[in-house]
Order: sequence, then structure tokens, then C-alpha cells
Amino acid sequence: MSVETKLPFNQEYIQAFSKDRNEPGWMAMLRSKALEMADSLDMPKPDKTKITNWNFTDFQHSNKEAVKITSIDELPEELRAYFDDDASMENLYIQRNQTAAYNSLSQELQDKGVIFTDIFTAMNEHSDLVEKYYMNDAVAVDQNRLTALHGALMNGGIFVYVPRNVQIKEPLQAVFWQEDTDSALLNHVLVVAEEGSSVTYVENYISHNDTEETVANLVTEVFAHDNAQVAYGAVDNFAAGTTTYVNRRGVAKHDARIDWALGQMNDGNTVSENITYLMGRNATSDAKAVSVGRGKQTQNFTSSIRQFGKATDGYILQRGVMKGSASTIFNAIGKIEHGATKANSEQESRVLMLSEKSRGDANPILLIDEDDVTAGHAASVGRVDPLQMYYLMSRGLEREEAERLVIHGFLAPVVAQLPIESVRKQLTQVIERKVY
Amino acid sequence: MSSTVLEIKNLHVSIEDKEILKGVNLTVKSGEFHAIMGPNGTGKSTLASAIMGHPNYEVTEGTIKLDGEDVLEMEVDERARVGLFLAMQYPSEISGVTTSDFLRSAINAKREEGDEIPLMNFIKKLDWDLEYLDIDKNMATRYLNEGFSGGEKKRNEILQLLQLKPDIAILDEIDSGLDIDALKVVSKGINKMRSDNFGCLIITHYQRLLNYITPDFVHVMMQGRVVKSDGPELAKRLEAEGYEWIKEELGIEDEETAEQNA
Repeated sequence: MSVETKLPFNQEYIQAFSKDRNEPGWMAMLRSKALEMADSLDMPKPDKTKITNWNFTDFQHSNKEAVKITSIDELPEELRAYFDDDASMENLYIQRNQTAAYNSLSQELQDKGVIFTDIFTAMNEHSDLVEKYYMNDAVAVDQNRLTALHGALMNGGIFVYVPRNVQIKEPLQAVFWQEDTDSALLNHVLVVAEEGSSVTYVENYISHNDTEETVANLVTEVFAHDNAQVAYGAVDNFAAGTTTYVNRRGVAKHDARIDWALGQMNDGNTVSENITYLMGRNATSDAKAVSVGRGKQTQNFTSSIRQFGKATDGYILQRGVMKGSASTIFNAIGKIEHGATKANSEQESRVLMLSEKSRGDANPILLIDEDDVTAGHAASVGRVDPLQMYYLMSRGLEREEAERLVIHGFLAPVVAQLPIESVRKQLTQVIERKVY
Repeated sequence: MSSTVLEIKNLHVSIEDKEILKGVNLTVKSGEFHAIMGPNGTGKSTLASAIMGHPNYEVTEGTIKLDGEDVLEMEVDERARVGLFLAMQYPSEISGVTTSDFLRSAINAKREEGDEIPLMNFIKKLDWDLEYLDIDKNMATRYLNEGFSGGEKKRNEILQLLQLKPDIAILDEIDSGLDIDALKVVSKGINKMRSDNFGCLIITHYQRLLNYITPDFVHVMMQGRVVKSDGPELAKRLEAEGYEWIKEELGIEDEETAEQNA
């Protein structure tokens, strides 16, 4: 039995919502079409995970206005840990529920034409620019029912635009804080790096609804034009009550690079797709992700790099730790299209099981339609090596401490990639909390 | 400092239901260096592993006591904290954990909470020991034993010995696979530990290590037992004449299936 498929939102509601935000006509149209499609499209079908009984469609879409924030001190303790002590609050966006509560971009970057603003303001002030990228070439509205639903009901997000040849050294940080425990978050992150530019962007999702049930439906689209470089870091930390669908996609042109470092630390059921299209010659992507599963949560992670351009390089690295009766599937898909000569596709997925009842699976998939390429894969699912434990304990470390070291060591190749020190620390703390 | 006594009595040890040790008796006290020699497969490494509590070895009979306390009742980490140390023949590789982070955790594991070693003291001592053992400083920031050469792993074991300062150390074939320069450095490290407060059990296949470390006692193990004990001159005779004369003297006959690498 599947859940009731009738959607609880109609065209009038959506048009009013759009009008409230003063959205351009194309966006109102996109929402309307998306809603039409949503009813007839299929749900996504993550490999080896049954999601027919998960609730992705029945939620509150109310928009609670949240109070603005003027300093870090106004944030709860839990959130403050995301910032360095001497954080300047510059180049920072904080979204409280669906409202832009804080937004700052240095004068220098503003002068260079960098845009770093909430998605609604962006649609008003840079309508043509947003329209060009929004749900076109990366994530399509009609990909599945959830992307259509996202298109229809998007209620938050950010737009990052880096003009030609602008190199941003300091990272841009976004914090999406879902303070309200009831309403759903349909967040859209759009990052555009023009030719020869570079940017590091790091985001955090946080919620507190351990028991109240709600939905997160997230879409990220990243565009790296010729010679551009985008480093994208994330720590997803939705509470147990949130069922999450997160779809992060990147498109890299000639000599462009998109690197991902994703800390997938949700406590609720999660389906995550991270797909990068290497369209131009010499484009590169390094997609790294870690996850810790606990309790009864079920998760499905797909990390995929599709290589169309010649001499492209794709690297996928996934690491997962499972405890309790958590169940997680890791799919790594390297795809080399016909014509992508001299392409290289590498992947490694490893899962560490800490309990008898947890379940983990790593599926290495290579799909190659070209002869002149190189590719490699490695996958393993196993328990903590008793000989490693013996070695560490023989130096006086207690069992728990020895296990902690082994786990941190196991996740280190991904954690170390997160570009902001405070976020890296935060991820380490979240890992610690989830593991013990 | 008080003197420490490790006392092994009638120790029987099996691996996968196969008895390797068949009644070992041995006592090691602070201030003493003991060498255990013997042909391959006579149970030397099994003895070392059983003392430390290797998960694959089962003690079926006998006792191991440290200052009267039952070592066999202790978890592996407790054995370390009461003063035992085993330099392993095949140390594990721990990815993602740097040698220096690990060492600091291990040092602090022996100290009370709130009395952790100050970072600067730790770094100073570590630098000093690295230099003493002629180890590249980079090793401290490399992942523990990961990608280390055989020689580097052995030096790392001795580095840990110097850093952790146990009361009784067991060195399991610390000389295997070392060239002569590395052997000298490793011996230098072990000799540095020599004091009235430190006892050592050196397991070796070859006499050559004992050219650099002079033991007070030499024991010969055969077929799962200590069959002969004497002073350092015994090692020299073994080097010159091999083990046959002991077999003849004691009337030991070769077992039909010699167990290799036990």
C-alpha cells in the first residue's frame, strides 16, 4: 500500500504564495506547472531502499515569520558552535525557518559584483540571471514527484553568484535553521560560478523536531563555467522527525572543478542524491561524503559522477558508520559517456558496522560507454577490526576510546575536506554525539 | 620506585583448539633483561600474545600474575595500565589517526583525568625521542603505521616504549627484518630503558640482537615449554652450535608436525 497520493495544495494557494513574495512571472508559471506535474509523476526510486511508506508529501507549508538576528549571541548554544569564536559575521547568511534572518557580504565582494542573498530577493533583483539556471539544466522539475513538489512549493534558499574571474578566498557560509518544528522546508540553493572564478560555499541544516514529523525537500544546483572552481561543503543535521529528500547537482564546463564534502548527519529517514555532470574537457569532480546512521533510521545515499567531456576526472569517496538498527545503502555510480575519451572514474565506498542489528550496503557501479578510459572501484562493509582494537588497547586505551579513534580515523578522509575549521569541528562533534 | 614481578606459572595456551604452550614457567623482575630463544614454531610469540591478551589466544591452564595480581582477569587495556607493554611483531595500521595523536591519548590513558600531559611537554619529549631513534619527524604526523616500512614500524614500537615507560616490556621479534643500522638504533632505544625499575622479555630468533643488548638470562623454548635457562653465554653457544645439542641433552624428539609461526 502506498500513502495517499493526493497533494494537499492547490493552484490558488501556490499563486497566492508566489504573489506574496512578489515573484516574477516565470517563477509563478514554473510553480504552477510543477504542481500540475506533481500529481502524475512517480516518486524517486532509490536503489534497494523502499520508500513507499515514507511521508514526503503531507506537510504544513505555513510560513512563520521569524525574528531577525543581529549577533551570534542571539542564537541558541547549539548553533553558536557552528561559528568560530572570533567569527566576523561577514559573508554569512542565516535563515530562520523560511525567513532571511541575517545576511552579510563584505563590501569588497559586493563591489566585485558577487551576489549572496536569499532566493526571493535574488528572483526580484536578478530575475533573468536566476531564471537562466533555476531548475533547468541541473535539477529538472519533472525529474520525479519530489522535484516537482519542490518546484511548486519552494519556500527558502539562497543564490550565490560569482562574476567572471572573481576569486573569493574566504568561504561563504549559510546556516538554514529550522526553528519551527512543524513546517516543512523546501530549500533551494543555487550557485553560479562564471568563467575563471572560484568560490567556497559551506552550508548547515539544523532542526530540533525529535518527535514532531515534518519534511525537508532540498535542491542544490551548482554551475561551474569554464575554468571555474567550486568547493561545496555541507553538514546536514535534521532531527529524527524530519524525512529528508536532498538532491544536489553540479554541472562543470571546460577545465572546471566542483568538489563536494558532505556530512550527512540527519537523524531521520533520508534519501540523498549527489550527481555531478562533467560536461567540458578536463572537468573534475571530487565527491566526498560521510554518514553516521543510528536508531531506527533508514537512509539511501547515491553519489554519481557522469562524464561527458574528454579527459574528465571523477572521484567518489563515501564512508559510513552504522549503529543501532540503522540501515543505509551507499550507491556510487561512475558513468563515462560515449566520446569521453581519456576520462578517469574512481570510486571508493566503505561502511563500518558497530552493532549486530545495523545494516549497511555499498554498491559500486561503473557504467562505461567508451573504450579509451581508466576506471577503478573499491567497496567494503565490515566491522571494527579486532586486531586494531587489540593494538590500541595494548597501549592502555579503553575500549570505547580505541573505538572512537578507529571511527574518527575511518571518517577522517572526508571530514578533513570540509573547508571551514569551525564547521569541521562541528561535524566532528556531531559524529561524536551520534556514535556515543 | 617499587620493584615489579611478572610471574608466569604452568601456562597452557591454545589457538583454535590447538595447544601451543604446554606449561610455561617464567619470572621476570624489574632490573632484569630476559631473552627467549628457540626454533620457529615453538610458541615464543604465543607467549608474548597471551601475556598481553591477544583475542585469538585462549589460556586453558596456569596463571600470569603481576605483583600478585591476576593478569588473566584483566582486559587488554588494564594490562597496559598496570605496567605491561608488548612491542608487536606485526603492529596494526590505523588509518586516519596520527602517530602523535595516538601517543598522546595513550600517555593520557595512564594518567588521571585533569592530569593530562601538557601539550608542550609532550611535543618536547616526542621530538627528543624521535631524534634519539633517528626517526624522521614527519612520522609523528603520519597515520599510525599506515604505509610504514617494516623498519619504521619497529622503530615506532620502540618509540612507544620510550614514551609510555612501562614497568615490564615484552619485545616480540623486534629485530626481524631490520638492517644492521636499524638494529643498532632499536637496541639503543631498548638499552636506554635499562634501570632498576624496568624489566624486559626479549623474544628473538637470532642471537645477533643480543650482541647489542646483553641479557641477564637466556631461556630456550621448545615444543611449548621453556626447556633450558642460563646466563648470556647460552645465547652464544646457540649461535655457534644451533639447537640440536639441547635436544640431545634433554632427549627431546621432533614432533611429527612442527607448527610454524605459532
